[in-house]
Amino acid sequence: MQEPTHGGPRRLVHHVRAGDIEHGGLASAQIKRQLSGLGVAPQDARRAGIIAFEGEMNLVVYSTNGGTITVTVSEKLVDIEVADEGPGIEDIDLALTPGFSTAPSWARELGFGAGMGLCNIQANADWFEIHSHIGSGTRILCRIERRRHDASGHRPTTRT
Amino acid sequence: MTLRDIVRQLGLEVVAGAGWLDRDVSGGFSGDLLSNVLASARPGNLWITIQRHVNVVGVAQVAGLSGVLLAGGEPPAAAVLAKAEEMAIPILLSRDGAFELAGRLHRILVPDVR
Ligand SMILES: Nc1ncnc2c1ncn2[C@@H]1O[C@H](COP(=O)(O)OP(=O)(O)OP(=O)(O)O)[C@@H](O)[C@H]1O
Ligand SMILES: [Mg+2]
Repeated sequence: MQEPTHGGPRRLVHHVRAGDIEHGGLASAQIKRQLSGLGVAPQDARRAGIIAFEGEMNLVVYSTNGGTITVTVSEKLVDIEVADEGPGIEDIDLALTPGFSTAPSWARELGFGAGMGLCNIQANADWFEIHSHIGSGTRILCRIERRRHDASGHRPTTRT
Repeated sequence: MTLRDIVRQLGLEVVAGAGWLDRDVSGGFSGDLLSNVLASARPGNLWITIQRHVNVVGVAQVAGLSGVLLAGGEPPAAAVLAKAEEMAIPILLSRDGAFELAGRLHRILVPDVR
């Protein structure tokens, strides 16, 4: 989904349904494509795609009622917000620990549950915040500082 | 080396994405935990896995992989193949197991290693 804008930043909003494994990952694939279409460099679109995928799959596997992925693209930044309204995370430090996972067995059979999703999100973001409360839900905010590049994808040469 | 070269040399079946076999393969990655693939596979890698559900296509697309090599023979469901086609992700199939495939792929991608 792409909202009409007039000049300024572009906002892409994707809704993700809880338990919808059949479409899991497809919003992220679309986000990556949309970012490339908006002129975001391949490396940055890849980082955003990975962040979105991990966020999307956590919405599919853990959220009570699904959630949203909101991507805002401006000249210098790609901001990604992944938000749901529950159940929330009891111990955020534990959830951020590599290898920690409460993935159910149906998800583990599909190759989820390595306990690396939130780590991958952090590794691909230049800035990362997570807010979560039992009962009210989880909100992840990520920022990618875009590489400067021209239309061909090459970084500009600085002449002095 | 292109996907086409690898398909020929390893005798693979192309079950989706036949239009993108001229893509260059930067290396290989083998694994079945999706987050591990997203953390460690490099762009252009050919990914060897036993997973064959639709999320595999999403992982390959966001990670910018050149294609997916499915070990163990069984083809994925038609809906997965349709998604792969739509996302421009070639899906290659072999009867061999992941260990065997990784060894053979390594031999042709990194021929200098004894
Ligand atoms: N949106 C969420 N709502 C509630 N709990 C969550 C949410 N996202 C993550 N968690 C909790 O944090 C844990 C760690 O998440 P993370 O994404 O790092 O790993 P994982 O989903 O378990 O495995 P992987 O992502 O590697 O497949 C999860 O197992 C779950 O307990
Ligand atoms: Mg996860």
